[in-house]
Amino acid sequence: MAKIIVEVMLKPEILDPQGQAVASALPRLGFTFAKSVRQGKRFEIEVDGDPTPAQMAEVEKAAETLLSNPVIETYVVKVEK
Amino acid sequence: MSFRVGVVTFPGSLDDRDAARAVEMAGGTAVPLFHASDDLKEVQAVVLPGGFSYGDYLRCGAIARFAPIMNSIVTAASHGFPVLGICNGFQVLCESHLLPGALTRNSNLHFLCRDQKLKIENTNTVWTSGFKPGQEIVIPLKNGEGSFQCDDETLKMLESEGRVIARYVDFDPNGSRNLIAGISNERGNVVGLMPHPEHAIESLTGPSTDGLTFFTSALQQLVGR
Repeated sequence: MAKIIVEVMLKPEILDPQGQAVASALPRLGFTFAKSVRQGKRFEIEVDGDPTPAQMAEVEKAAETLLSNPVIETYVVKVEK
Repeated sequence: MSFRVGVVTFPGSLDDRDAARAVEMAGGTAVPLFHASDDLKEVQAVVLPGGFSYGDYLRCGAIARFAPIMNSIVTAASHGFPVLGICNGFQVLCESHLLPGALTRNSNLHFLCRDQKLKIENTNTVWTSGFKPGQEIVIPLKNGEGSFQCDDETLKMLESEGRVIARYVDFDPNGSRNLIAGISNERGNVVGLMPHPEHAIESLTGPSTDGLTFFTSALQQLVGR
């Protein structure tokens, strides 16, 4: 069974206070590696068998209309086996 | 004859009753509308109330946008039908692309509840026509995701076309671009506002009665049609 993954991130120019909060919490725990942190969303969509091109096109459309808001976010669609 | 103003209830709406009450106090007849029906029940304007439609899952307003009632509202709005979106209703209007931009997490990450001073910037919309230009009002602001964001081009367009209808004064509550508290569409029939006018209609329960003017403005405009 394959999984279609949709990852949604805020556009770089959109303020991400959640990511900033994570970035400022890291050094408090002794983690000093992070220059900055951006937080996003990941959707795992299960389909039967390998996804067909038609299914992928539908996922693409869903990612653009529902899973992400193109005003503030970008998305990437990929398949995991 | 009193005008019929619909108030939509989504699963998770909180302020639908207060909005209906504000409509009645302004002299209109409040008509409850339900998210799952596409029937506008012959109302002459609609209020999308505050709350947490669909639990704010995914993004605030993202799922409410696909409710059957929204199809009817989006179609009607494009023909000049007056729509006011308050708080979550504003978020729904942005997700529906009736208004540009998006509301994101408050810059300080806190849910905020305060009496907020606003400056009314545009009195040419259906919902703000009863204010004086530049009038300052105080109404409650209560949200976690009220930071208005858009790209530079959209911001320039909103400012140059005078579509910012209200701005935060004295205090920046959430990091909104240009301190924007509310905007309108090009025609001025669709208005989105983060703070809550429906909670400021009586001195007993609100910080002022300034909020009532949003509702009386719309009813006055309907008389003129």
